[in-house]
Amino acid sequence: MPPTDELAKLTLFGALAGVAALSAVGVVAFGNAVRSALCLIANFFCLAFLYFTLNAELLGITQVIVYTGAIMVLFLFVIMLLNFGSPQFLKEPPDYLRKGIGILFGVVLFGLISSQVLMPLAKVKATTAPDDYGAPQQIGLSLFTTYVWPFEVASILLLIGIVGSIMLAKRKI
Amino acid sequence: MVWDAIRRFFSYEFWSYEGLQNHGVWGAIARVVIVVLPILMLVPGLIWWERRLLSWMQDRIGPNRVGPFGLLQTIADGVKLFLKEDITPTAVDKLIYFTAPALALFPAFALGGTLPWGPNKYLTPIADVNIGILYVLAVSSLGVYGIVLAGYASNNKYSLMGGLRSSAQLISYELAMGMALAGAVLASGSLTMTGMVHFQEGPWLGMVKGVQNWLILTPYGFVAALIFAICAIAETNRAPFDLPEAENELIAGYHTEYSSMKFAVFFMGEYAAMFVFSGIFTAVFCGGYHALPIDWTFAGLPIVDTANSVAAGFIFLGKVAFFFSCFIWLRATLPRLRYDQLMSLGWRSLLPLAVANFMLVGVWIVAADVYKSEMAGLVAYLIGFAVMFGVYLLVKRASADRFEGMENRGVVMNTGVEPVSLLGEV
Repeated sequence: MPPTDELAKLTLFGALAGVAALSAVGVVAFGNAVRSALCLIANFFCLAFLYFTLNAELLGITQVIVYTGAIMVLFLFVIMLLNFGSPQFLKEPPDYLRKGIGILFGVVLFGLISSQVLMPLAKVKATTAPDDYGAPQQIGLSLFTTYVWPFEVASILLLIGIVGSIMLAKRKI
Repeated sequence: MVWDAIRRFFSYEFWSYEGLQNHGVWGAIARVVIVVLPILMLVPGLIWWERRLLSWMQDRIGPNRVGPFGLLQTIADGVKLFLKEDITPTAVDKLIYFTAPALALFPAFALGGTLPWGPNKYLTPIADVNIGILYVLAVSSLGVYGIVLAGYASNNKYSLMGGLRSSAQLISYELAMGMALAGAVLASGSLTMTGMVHFQEGPWLGMVKGVQNWLILTPYGFVAALIFAICAIAETNRAPFDLPEAENELIAGYHTEYSSMKFAVFFMGEYAAMFVFSGIFTAVFCGGYHALPIDWTFAGLPIVDTANSVAAGFIFLGKVAFFFSCFIWLRATLPRLRYDQLMSLGWRSLLPLAVANFMLVGVWIVAADVYKSEMAGLVAYLIGFAVMFGVYLLVKRASADRFEGMENRGVVMNTGVEPVSLLGEV
């Protein structure tokens, strides 16, 4: 692989991962619910592009369709309809003890995750799947052969969810 | 390693024509210039065309003063919009208020790169990956953000209502659109735009040689094309689905609080989206860059095929312009739908129809595969159609008594029924 490709990939990853991490921080840092939701959207979008760089096109596009295009729109919908009012209204008085404990637990959680997940990954070089690995044909084939049972179970679960939500929302149709 | 790469970046080979051809990124940038920029530059022309055509249909003159045929009117409007005072209301959420127009413009141009303008390598979509249609669905679903955020950030009840209406509308019609496209994908067996155009070059219904298999000429493709066209109008917020900006109810909907160039950006986004959806319709259902559904090589005139591929870009543009004109035609013809009619049409008519169509395409393919003949597929399709229609009638009859007391919320147009006066006898 020529070095320019390496650099381009590294730059791309750095940009996408950086924006994803920043927007993930933004989700918790913003005081305004709509802005938090927007940050989450940006995060999902960057994740989708990270999938693209790994040749998992179908996964990336599903991420955009399902999360960015549908679920987050409903999130925004709900936030707007609830109408939380001005951001000042939501702000809590600063509680340094709670923040300190929060940071402590955050560091512990990060250490735990990095020891279990990041350490084994440290030596891994950047890899991409073979060209057709994430193609719709391949995924469709494996969904309807190897993983047909979990696939059908998941679809029945979703169906139950739909029927249940109709039952809860509209007793009399 | 990094230093080496930087040196290579400034080397001649990297920027030369060969480098351009070999390097996917530079080829893509070249195609961005060839394919996406024209869409941006076409927008003023499209706006002029809409105003002239609409005025012609409505028996008035329209803009004809600035430049020949009024062609420079849009440019003059653009200059005016640039120079107008840009008012930002004090109560808006400034960050989101400024981002929303950009978000509204983004999907149209991101989709512009997927249009197949011709068989030439540099006229193909920028990234012709095997998820082309899914990419269209994904990016067009992002169009809702610009509108809904503009409505929210404006801090205006009318804007918010416009934004909410719009998001509900877009979510509803996306489903039917996706199912219609899924039927087309299933029939053509390809997810890429170029693959679908290539499929439509084949014999009609897989049987009749000499006629191209444009999807709009096939029974399932016609239904899918109809559903897709309706959904595309709803997705671009055009009349008769322009509820987000229903003037008599919501002032100007989501862009009430936008002035000057920010309003113009919304405007541009709408026209670019119309153009791009016309292009997708052309590519997926109407044979892409082929002028006529005739297989000239089979007819003994391969020279026409060659001429077609030379003029492919212009033929595609012409077809897109035709469907764009249909958008305008519909705007001049149909009155705006009521909100509940819109929802009823999307969920109760288009979505079941699209799903049924999808299943029937599957029936066709399976039958054709089992009996090794396309004729069997056609017969199975017709039988399946009859069965489904029977089921529909049965369900309608069975549930007739449940809807007896309810108001009819369906869309009825031009039935010749006298309008009922709500005020009673006058």
